[in-house]
Amino acid sequence: MEWLGLYNYWVVVVLMMTGFYVVIAQGNLIKKIVGLNIFQTSVFVFYISLAKLDGGTAPVYVEGVSAYTNPLPHVLILTAIVVGVALTAMGLALAVRVYEAYGSIEEDEINAQDEQDA
Amino acid sequence: MIEHHLPALQVLLPLFAAPLLMFLVRWPTLAWALTTAVCWATFLVSALLLEAVWAGDPISYAHGGWEPPYGIEYWVDTANALVLLIVSGISAIVMPFARDSVEQEIPRDRIAWFYTAFLLANAGLLGIAITGDAFNIFVFFEISAIASYALIAMGRDRRALLASFTYLIMGTIGTTFLLIGIGFLYMMTGTLNLADLAERLPAVRDTSTIRAAFAFIAVGVSLKLALFPLHLWLPNAYTYAPSMVTVFLSATATKVAIYVLLRFFYSVFGVEFSFGVLPMGYVLMPLALLGILIPSIVAIFQADVKRMLAYSSVAQVGYIILGFSFASTLGLMAAMLHLFNHAVTKAALFMALGAIVYRIGSTRIDAMAGIARDMPWTMAAFVVGGLSLIGIPLTAGFVTKWYLLLAALEAGLWPIAVFLLATSLIAVIYIWRVVEAAYFRERPAGAAPVREAHPALLLPTWTLALASVVFGIHTALPIGAATRAAEILLGGYP
Repeated sequence: MEWLGLYNYWVVVVLMMTGFYVVIAQGNLIKKIVGLNIFQTSVFVFYISLAKLDGGTAPVYVEGVSAYTNPLPHVLILTAIVVGVALTAMGLALAVRVYEAYGSIEEDEINAQDEQDA
Repeated sequence: MIEHHLPALQVLLPLFAAPLLMFLVRWPTLAWALTTAVCWATFLVSALLLEAVWAGDPISYAHGGWEPPYGIEYWVDTANALVLLIVSGISAIVMPFARDSVEQEIPRDRIAWFYTAFLLANAGLLGIAITGDAFNIFVFFEISAIASYALIAMGRDRRALLASFTYLIMGTIGTTFLLIGIGFLYMMTGTLNLADLAERLPAVRDTSTIRAAFAFIAVGVSLKLALFPLHLWLPNAYTYAPSMVTVFLSATATKVAIYVLLRFFYSVFGVEFSFGVLPMGYVLMPLALLGILIPSIVAIFQADVKRMLAYSSVAQVGYIILGFSFASTLGLMAAMLHLFNHAVTKAALFMALGAIVYRIGSTRIDAMAGIARDMPWTMAAFVVGGLSLIGIPLTAGFVTKWYLLLAALEAGLWPIAVFLLATSLIAVIYIWRVVEAAYFRERPAGAAPVREAHPALLLPTWTLALASVVFGIHTALPIGAATRAAEILLGGYP
């Protein structure tokens, strides 16, 4: 039953593949960004999982406790979350501009319009 | 005192200047002047850094006084000092060119924002090259990437928006893969410092976790450096971006990503692991060869010169990766040399195109028919850059092709030597198409008269065009730097 103990890593794999699939399969720009977010979230969960120690507490010195959870990956992932927010904002802003320029955010419709221009 | 803090200044100058520009929205010329000053200052810093590490030992800079490996370390040796010099040098030379080009292509009220994004992209790229911390590489990758998405989206054509969006999706997948790889490395070694990683990896490297880390980092960074077949974002992004952005990104963005891959493969994982335990040579070499051949052929059939040069950039990445895949000092040195020479050459070519866009507003080959008579200096610079791209003797491009050839022969792979000569001929074809149109065709009937681009555009273009000739004749600086860089990368961290 060892694989059950690693269930958060299974969650990571499922989230990652779901997000990745959405990014590739969806033609809608907003849905692509949603997929990208799910994909990135899986990595956040991954970092948080790898730092967790069974029975470990917060890294504050307490009498009688010897097992601490590693705080560093949590701090790292805070940075990565901020980066993710910036990326989402950038992606959404681009989607808005695309909508203003083409009147659509469906990839195939946009490509069809571009081909007409060419 | 101040020279002690040069590694920090290298990144902090553009990073801190960027938000200041936001106060200059109403004075675009002032924003340009400040950006130019900052770019030249960073160029000076990187020149001083290269000089310092050329003669002496590598520089280790502990940020905020936190000793590595606990704090974030900036690490400068000849290998990344060369990359820093390329990035800051190109940004310094492109700035005088940028003033008119940007004024024409970007709405006046957005010029200051444009330069803000440019400085952020610059800071990000310099940061990737200088940092000695794996997670820091990821953060700087994203800083430069997000700024580049904004820069590309400011192109005049509405297709720039979708090009930027595609780049955003593919770039984010690339950097997220890198992040996963770094997570695996941290899991096994408990460190993020690159030198420290190199020290601790051998003990744990025969685990599937480390192999997975290697795979994620290799694929993630390959996406960023546009290794064939992960290059799909590049042609559109370069074609529709504003002229000045194309010059800057084509010369620096993919180069810095290549440097990161070199650093991980050679210094962190080590040659023995990357090319012995995991046969990366057999993966990279076919991809490099296909990456030279297919985009070169595709380039021939492009109606738009900017897009043609973008495909040629993918092919040039192939040449660099080819040198890289030999896993020999000579091959690595050829790769580092081409990093430098191609940055100079391609920037010169894209600048000449930028000057043409400034005058005729188009980069289509039909629109360029007969313009050599009216814009002789611009087209001459294009021809010089084109010759260097092909690899004619007495140009920088020849020097790298020569060393690639030697590296291929040294590895006993003479078919690759033949292949190199054959693909150079493909470059002759696509450069010739432009030359033929510009020099030997008549201006289309009814076309508006064209004047020569003015000196502010011509001077930077010619500086780089001449540089691609000078570095083909006086090869001491690039070859010396590239050789030392190759030795350092192969030697790993001291």
